Amino acid sequence: MTLERAWLVLGGSSAIARAFARVAAEEGSDVLLAGRDLEDLERTARDLRVRYGRAAEAIAFDATDVASHAAFVETVRSRADRFDVMLAFGLMPTQPSIDADPHLGIEAIAATYTGAASVLLHLTPALERQGEGRVIVVGSVAGDRGRLKNYVYGSAKAGLHAFAQGLRARLFRAGVQVTTVKPGFIDTAMTFGMKTGPLMASPEACARACLRQARRGREVAYYPPVWRLIMLIIKHIPEPLMKRMSF
Amino acid sequence: MTACRPERMSEARQRVAEAEPGAGLIAHGAGRAYGDAALNSKGRVLMTRRLDRFLAFDEATGLLESEPGASFADLLQCFLPRGWLAPATPGTAFATLGGAIANDVHGKNHDRMSSFGDHLAWIDLLHPSGETRRVTPEADPQLFQATVGGLGLTGLIVGLGLRMMRVPSPAVRVRERRCRDLDAFLAGLAEARARATYSVGWIDGVAKGSALGRGILEEAEPEPSAGAMSQPRRAWRVPVDFPGFVLNGATVALFNAAYYRRVPTGGRERIAGYRRFLYPLDSLSDWNRIYGAGGFYQFQCVLPDESAPRGLQRMLEEVASSGRASFLAVLKTLGGEGRGYLSFPMRGHTLALDFPRRPGVEELLARLERLTLDHGGRIYLAKDAALSPEGFRAMYPRLPELRAVLERVDPERRMNSDMARRLAIREGDA
Repeated sequence: MTLERAWLVLGGSSAIARAFARVAAEEGSDVLLAGRDLEDLERTARDLRVRYGRAAEAIAFDATDVASHAAFVETVRSRADRFDVMLAFGLMPTQPSIDADPHLGIEAIAATYTGAASVLLHLTPALERQGEGRVIVVGSVAGDRGRLKNYVYGSAKAGLHAFAQGLRARLFRAGVQVTTVKPGFIDTAMTFGMKTGPLMASPEACARACLRQARRGREVAYYPPVWRLIMLIIKHIPEPLMKRMSF
Repeated sequence: MTACRPERMSEARQRVAEAEPGAGLIAHGAGRAYGDAALNSKGRVLMTRRLDRFLAFDEATGLLESEPGASFADLLQCFLPRGWLAPATPGTAFATLGGAIANDVHGKNHDRMSSFGDHLAWIDLLHPSGETRRVTPEADPQLFQATVGGLGLTGLIVGLGLRMMRVPSPAVRVRERRCRDLDAFLAGLAEARARATYSVGWIDGVAKGSALGRGILEEAEPEPSAGAMSQPRRAWRVPVDFPGFVLNGATVALFNAAYYRRVPTGGRERIAGYRRFLYPLDSLSDWNRIYGAGGFYQFQCVLPDESAPRGLQRMLEEVASSGRASFLAVLKTLGGEGRGYLSFPMRGHTLALDFPRRPGVEELLARLERLTLDHGGRIYLAKDAALSPEGFRAMYPRLPELRAVLERVDPERRMNSDMARRLAIREGDA
């Protein structure tokens, strides 16, 4: 069965993506969950059907297998006549582990940047033909400034931010809205065990903010919003000072 | 103690496979047990809260298939509007369904509906061996009885089938009345258990002399149809740990007296939503901070009906004369034994009391343990942090049956917890 319209959630196993799927379904949307762990995605799909009575399906998607992305777009189009996109995946090995094994860094870039850019490039013609819709790109505050503790992942997200800026201009011409959301510390597997203090926000709240900002047509949003101020300060630290700092 | 919090089953399987013999792993749901049931200072805890998906629901039969980390609040939010409710629920909606199995929880309707384990169609159990098995009461009664109320020691609960209960409306009609002393209270409870769907008593733990055991008895019946219902109260939050001096004999006595007089002498009746009625404390977030940074102990025991009047009297005297300020205490009846080898319920009266953790309270708890044993009762492990291994063995005579199952499914002791070690649940543990 082909759905009339659905949110396509890329990286559907991540905590933010899963929370987003629930928020979207709660508000009445059908959902396509795309990712590698089909067992997990199928469980989330069942949850959406039970909780909200919405249609939900799992689709195989591998960000790093860029050769498969053209076929993936065909699958998406066969499942839903129209779709909106939530891109919520990334791979963040710890910086020390990357420093010890450069291949981990390459993998992080391949998934977080190359994979994301590739799937968005493949989806864009369909979105342009659709002539309306929304794309949410989950970036990261880590992409606003390169830091000693997280610069490989940060650079991939920085690339994704720039990519989303250009994509925003391109899709604007077709009537499609692109919203970049830059989360700070969200209570997910990525940050579990970090000492983050009171700045930690829940995936549910982040997911709601993503949907809200997209509905409002915002170009770039931070979540929680205080990160706009924090990153404003961090971005203005002079490089000679920044290189001496160890965060 | 290290912690992990899998968001997917594949990671949960991996963590269980990594569990070290002896140090072990224990599931940790919402962290609502009051003691060390879900702590493991020598090993690892596996937090289940992210495994919270509902997998299937049959609108015709009410059978729900769920992951273990879903909470009673999730159930209420999703199913009460459709006319379904969990037939047995603990006093907080934050508790998870996995935790409800591991502690075989009961509610205010135990006389009618028994405890949580009685409403399970199956439990999906991930053994330390890596094998996942669907355990039903019919196909493997021993393993089922070891897992219900089994404190997470038979393996990681990764799924369950729960038979939900139909309710005609989202509300109950609550009748409250004062009971002036323990005798009046026990008489009231006897009437209530015979006729009411729900019944629970709030007892004034500091009242002495002729007022000993006074309190408020609450009974409730499902409302046949949803009429005018009061809006849910806003949730308040306790913002800081109270300093110790706030909670003393005088302030608690004052509070309890005011709480007692809240209900007019002639009683009163009101309509309340299930959330407010079943989970009154949930509307005060972080209420435990009232007890200060030192925290508190809860003591909950059940005494058989025959010895309850005398035993409760002795306990309340002990508590009142100790001067240990105890907030509102709960007294209610239970209907019968649970399914599990370590299930808490038996036919009798259950008393629950909070004590701020201060010097001398451990001695008081030891005296209450003695009184429980002397009156043929038992202490609720979900609430416990103080029971002795000897007391535990005497209260839970089916322990050898549990041990036999643990020897079969987990001979290397890859599932373990602070409580299991403290109570020497496995032979030779200390």
